[in-house]
Amino acid sequence: MIGVISYLVFFATVASILSIAVLGLNLQWGNTGLFNGGVVAFFGAGAYGTLLLGSASQDGLLGGFGLPYLLALFGGMMIAGIVAWIVGLLTLRLRHDYLAIATFGVAVAFENLVRNADLLGGAQGIRGFERPLRDTFGNGFTYNLLFFVFVLILLVLTYVFLERLIASPFGRLLRAIREDETAAQSLGKSPSRVRLTAFIAGSVIMGLAGGLYATFYAFISPQDVLPILTFQIWAMLIVGGAGNNKGAVMGTFLIWAAWTASGWALSRFAPLEVQLYTGSIQFVLIGFVIVGMLLWRPQGLFPEKLVVSQSAKTGG
Amino acid sequence: MTPALVAKDVVAGYVPDLPILKGVSLSAQSAKVTVIIGPNGAGKSTLIKAIAGLVPVAEGSVALNGQDITNPRPDQMGSAGVAYVPQSDNIFRSLTIRQNLDLVLRNAGKEAADRRDALFAQFPALADKQTEKAGALSGGQRQFLAVAMALAINPSVILMDEPSAGLSPKAAQEVLEYAKSLTAQGVTILLVEQNVKQALRLADHCFILADGQNQVDGAAQDLLNDPVVGQIYLGGKRVSAA
Amino acid sequence: MIQNLVDGFLVGSILSLGAIGLTMAMHMLRFANFSHAELLSIGAYVALVFDGLFSAIYPALAGAIAPLSLTWALSLSILISMAITGISAILIDRLVFKRVRAKGGELSMVFASFGVAMILRNILGLIFGLDPKLYSQDIVFAIVVSRDPFLLVKPDQVFTLIAALLIMFILHLVLSRTTFGYSLRAVAENPTLAQVSGINLSRMIVLIWLIGGGLAAAAGVFYGLTNQINPVLGRDLVLPIFAATIVGGIGSIYGAVLGGFLVGLASNLALVILPSGYSPAVPFLIILAVLLIRPHGLFGEERA
Repeated sequence: MIGVISYLVFFATVASILSIAVLGLNLQWGNTGLFNGGVVAFFGAGAYGTLLLGSASQDGLLGGFGLPYLLALFGGMMIAGIVAWIVGLLTLRLRHDYLAIATFGVAVAFENLVRNADLLGGAQGIRGFERPLRDTFGNGFTYNLLFFVFVLILLVLTYVFLERLIASPFGRLLRAIREDETAAQSLGKSPSRVRLTAFIAGSVIMGLAGGLYATFYAFISPQDVLPILTFQIWAMLIVGGAGNNKGAVMGTFLIWAAWTASGWALSRFAPLEVQLYTGSIQFVLIGFVIVGMLLWRPQGLFPEKLVVSQSAKTGG
Repeated sequence: MTPALVAKDVVAGYVPDLPILKGVSLSAQSAKVTVIIGPNGAGKSTLIKAIAGLVPVAEGSVALNGQDITNPRPDQMGSAGVAYVPQSDNIFRSLTIRQNLDLVLRNAGKEAADRRDALFAQFPALADKQTEKAGALSGGQRQFLAVAMALAINPSVILMDEPSAGLSPKAAQEVLEYAKSLTAQGVTILLVEQNVKQALRLADHCFILADGQNQVDGAAQDLLNDPVVGQIYLGGKRVSAA
Repeated sequence: MIQNLVDGFLVGSILSLGAIGLTMAMHMLRFANFSHAELLSIGAYVALVFDGLFSAIYPALAGAIAPLSLTWALSLSILISMAITGISAILIDRLVFKRVRAKGGELSMVFASFGVAMILRNILGLIFGLDPKLYSQDIVFAIVVSRDPFLLVKPDQVFTLIAALLIMFILHLVLSRTTFGYSLRAVAENPTLAQVSGINLSRMIVLIWLIGGGLAAAAGVFYGLTNQINPVLGRDLVLPIFAATIVGGIGSIYGAVLGGFLVGLASNLALVILPSGYSPAVPFLIILAVLLIRPHGLFGEERA
């Protein structure tokens, strides 16, 4: 019994962590209309940042300041934010398809960098990170449960924060810019600054998710920041419903459940020769999910509801 | 005399909910010059584009020699004998003069070379520069190339959107006179113009549009001196949507 | 360093062929097609299949054309692969992009292209296996062109370069001397005027996919010939090919050709100073530089 619950806790923890990242993407795309093709770079910046700041000093490795956990997590988020600030300044004014290519390139460059730079762990990644409060709670089920609660709290906080943000004047401004930039400009608001803010905020949230992910596994390597993660996060948002935070979280759980279930089913039932191709089969499935959703129901399973503040301009 | 082109109660616009034309009718007599004038925003260009198939017609009809051609595919108008000369960007700048003509003549088969030579005979200025890129020509020369491209398909009707736009008065006069001369060969000309006086002097019939609706129409010579023209432009005596 | 220059030139010719199709599709349909590079993989594998087929049916064709490792069977297969890949590109557009275009916006097409890329790449892996393959098991020795500076060139690389240049030259002739070529250029410059001039836009789009797919197939085979064939062949070339189109200016075929060579050269020359692990990041830096300094690239213009 404990085995099943333990697995569910494991599943829910990762799903919750990914939900946080998808919420960040929703702020960028769903609310602001920015196409971030390099999600994994900001996720990765948070992950690497948290580990490098929080672990003890190691030879040949950058960082290692042994900061207290929450500080390290925060530091990771800030690093993601700084990367977003630089990338945003350089690319946000580009046309949408150029933005997609540029941000995709950022992710490729990021993975390339952490894979080749020994100061950042190189191909082996970064180990030697002590999970917070491990001494107190040990390494067993209790710890995992508590960590799950910790992640859940952060997920709820992020969700509430974003919902408040959308209902606030800033949220209205985002929507205005997304719908009609010229009109927003005539009101004296600077669209580029607002978009940059939203981009950075979304990326900081992705960095939080990355930090939590790295904490959970107490390990990060270039294999965790491959482009496939960007596609998975996008798939979660597309399936759930862009522009909708509840949809984003539901979409994440749905897709992650499908991913782990398909992985489990293949390892259990597929003949041995096929197991080598588990990854390929899963990738084909997720490709079909993305294309299928876009053809059948592009607004997602839980589409954007009209927010109260829009009632004055219904009909566009 | 059957009118070559008839538009009846046309409602059209780029966006379905926002019609620019709110029920416009006109008829262009065969082998005559019909000009459409009116203040800015009247929908003159939109009407021409709607006939050419570039703006969707929501209600009403357009007929060519009695045959319905409402909402045609723009690339099929040529084979129906209708040529359209847009106001701007009416030639391919990256192609040479000769390539522009060869492009339009590509379906003419064996006749292509003859037609091209005939066009060069009519427009010697273009013949001299035929290997130059169209983008390097002056405004007036580009306009003549655009007209030549329209003529290349042996049209029975030519739609022209402000052919004199951006041209010197002399060049404008040349283009308009040339358009008039085509009617002697049986071509029907329907054109939109901002250059009211010059156009009315050369045209046969005139339609005045404002606010997406018909206002007045009549023989061009009569309207040339009619004060109602000026009044409509200044906003006085307009018929508006209810 | 001269070795880097030569290698860069050779890789550049492959990138150019891949970029031509991408720049046309990106310009006409206004979306960044992340699945275009997979057409190179498809081309390479289809040629592999037909190469095997022809060699089995007509063993005489399996003979190599000395001093290359290229066989007659493979030469024939390249042509067939170009046709099949071109048709595949049309089918993918019809099944996916056209319908997404109708339902969603241009951005949905970018997402859809991510999805299509994942599907194509992994299906190739499932069908053909993940291990790298070669067209020929023969060991072909590189020719030492000079000893000082040291310069090694494989005969297959020379063939690839010449073939690629030949294809581009033929394309140039079509563009500058045939009315079909004028139609392609007209549609790129001003689609509305092109329609008014009697050009059927949907048919042109089909032809653009056909040509783009065909050229991509050739590029894929050439890459497979001078390196190896594996399912991630396309994925590894996505960013360099995008870089080539951006450098050249989206919509310009000549720009794509020039861009391909420039990106190839830059990526290889960078190896003189950077450790080789970093070379995948060079195209990204090129993209960033171009978008900052000259967003329209060398020859690009906004569509009319």
